[in-house]
Amino acid sequence: MAIRERLSGNEAVAYAIRQINPDVMPAFPITPSTEIPQYVANYIANGKVDTEFIHVESEHSAMSAAIGACAAGARAVTATSSCGMALMWEELYVAASDRLPIVLALVNRALSGPININADHSDSMGARDTGWIQIYAESNQEVYDNFLQAYPIAEHEAVHLPVMICQDGFITSHGVENILLAEDDRVKEFVGEYCPAHYLLNEKEPMALGPYAVSNYYMETKRGQREAMENARQVILEVAERFEKMTGRKYGFFEEYRMEDAEYVIVIIGSAAGTCRAAVDRIREVSGKKAGLLKIRVFRPFPEKELAEALKDKKAVAVLDRSEMFSATGGPLGTEVRSALYGVKSQAEVVNYFYGLGGRDITVEDFEEVYVKLEELAQTRVVKDMYAYIGLREK
Amino acid sequence: METAYNYKEVMSRPERLAPGHRMCAGCGGTVAVRAVLRALHPEDRAVIGNATGCLEVSTFMYPYTAYEDSYIHNAFENAGATMSGVETAYRVLRKKGKIRENYKFITFGGDGGTYDIGFQSLSGAMERGHDMVYVCYDNGAYMNTGTQRSSATPQFADTTTTPAGEVSSGKVQVRKDLTAVMAEHHIPYAAQTTFTGNFRDLHTKAEKAIYTPGAAFLNVMSPCPRGWGYEPAELMQICRLAVESCYWPLYEVVDGKWILSYEPKNKLPVEDFLRSQKRFKHLFTPDGEELIAQFQAEVDKRWEELKKKCGA
Repeated sequence: MAIRERLSGNEAVAYAIRQINPDVMPAFPITPSTEIPQYVANYIANGKVDTEFIHVESEHSAMSAAIGACAAGARAVTATSSCGMALMWEELYVAASDRLPIVLALVNRALSGPININADHSDSMGARDTGWIQIYAESNQEVYDNFLQAYPIAEHEAVHLPVMICQDGFITSHGVENILLAEDDRVKEFVGEYCPAHYLLNEKEPMALGPYAVSNYYMETKRGQREAMENARQVILEVAERFEKMTGRKYGFFEEYRMEDAEYVIVIIGSAAGTCRAAVDRIREVSGKKAGLLKIRVFRPFPEKELAEALKDKKAVAVLDRSEMFSATGGPLGTEVRSALYGVKSQAEVVNYFYGLGGRDITVEDFEEVYVKLEELAQTRVVKDMYAYIGLREK
Repeated sequence: METAYNYKEVMSRPERLAPGHRMCAGCGGTVAVRAVLRALHPEDRAVIGNATGCLEVSTFMYPYTAYEDSYIHNAFENAGATMSGVETAYRVLRKKGKIRENYKFITFGGDGGTYDIGFQSLSGAMERGHDMVYVCYDNGAYMNTGTQRSSATPQFADTTTTPAGEVSSGKVQVRKDLTAVMAEHHIPYAAQTTFTGNFRDLHTKAEKAIYTPGAAFLNVMSPCPRGWGYEPAELMQICRLAVESCYWPLYEVVDGKWILSYEPKNKLPVEDFLRSQKRFKHLFTPDGEELIAQFQAEVDKRWEELKKKCGA
């Protein structure tokens, strides 16, 4: 039987780490992810895990040491946020191209400047092209569940890629919610042992990692990463199926809410989906208008085909981005959703909004307003502003 | 731990850096690596780390590696942190009974990757006390990118970013004393060495560094024929002049105790060391006399300070 608890998102991740008992955790404190290494340090101090903590002097060294540990044959984990991830940037690429199944607990926070410690997705969205699998959570339950699925995905022989498990800073990381936890022995069995085929400390065969590869070889390594990312699609679903058998909780690339007959749809990532769900219910109850929600769980690899299929026959779609990319045409999620729909020759009108940057609140009323605008858009079929904001102070 | 130095035995050990790599003739870096790896007891295994630099791009060009041991290159500024991850993994996996063999952990970085961009990562790894050796092969500039100055570059050296010219005498600043900085981390072993006649100094220091439990730092002056401007055959002679002039004193710091490894009977003027290299050519003009005197004064000052620390 599952264990009923009340935990914050950070506690839930730390709890999952304890259950997984990884070998090495190099980490550096940064708000709002700091609690994760603190909780793990406490587990270590009380003999609850075999994990060795490396008290690195920066996030760059955290990821560097994780790479060293994972290459050596150990299961490695780290946690960070925002500028901490920005400092790791170079190493994110190295981890992915070295095909090391490291798991990173990312607590999403706005990037400087100005300095801001609250939730937005600019850190992980900026890292979307680094070759990491990215899985996002709406709730504490989801971040816990996603974390348990991370290693089986990362370490699968057809994948061998690092995985980033993302949750919204403070909103879920510090918010305490009811949660269902799996038993330790079941988690242990679900996650399994890490037994890499090649590693530095293999007594039978030395290994060299991190070569200088000239133009003759570089391109094929990128192709290899792409294949792994493509393979990850199937593996993510298989692991989710196995997870469902263990817990009864079902996961896919994204979650659809009241989408069967929906005409107006919001596409969103992360904790704000909960607020949006409330708006969908209220609209349907009050006006009977057919509002729906599509919440992205897996952003890398991007579930283009499935997403396009889910959206192509809708009247109007609003894609909500919680990070800027300064192309001056929209946000990262908006761009990818529009691109996916272009491929299926969808007639759905698509508009892109920015919300919640630097932790700005978004309310049920804000979402209701977006659905009203979607209805207008479906009628006029004229997109007035592809670069609109929700909750922006204009003066 | 320390065994008597047997030149013949040591030199006849199998090479752990295989020939066929692409380092230059007359390069000190390769000599340093081979000499350090010879200090590994043949029965021990090792993981070799490497910061980005000449050594890395020349010894591990896909799909060929020159290393007989496991090897990891990660990036330019993180050789210390990367090896600390490897060493920690070893401790965990050994405790879990997944590894039985003895492994040693040695990482190499040039002075750019060690004194400068990798300084923080090195400092962190040493402070945490990982059982590893960080070896700096110090050639006094960013040689892989074409001889740009580093904080290890000696004053007045002509580099591509501190060129000697009409109104420039080369690098303005004096060099960072990294060995001393590392010794001040209070690690169990820090030493400075280079290539001397029978390699006894380098060998014994490398062996101590590798087999002293905990973090160790070894700074090996490793001349670069292209950056310094000398003929490949002159490598050993240049090292001799650096040591005999006290430009590069040989010493070690064992558990906080400073020990001078060698004191020249007749300290040579540093001018002899400088004259042997094209990077100081501009000092050998009538205007250069004063600059050489200034250089000499810096060498003298540091030598006296070192002698005091060593109680010599």
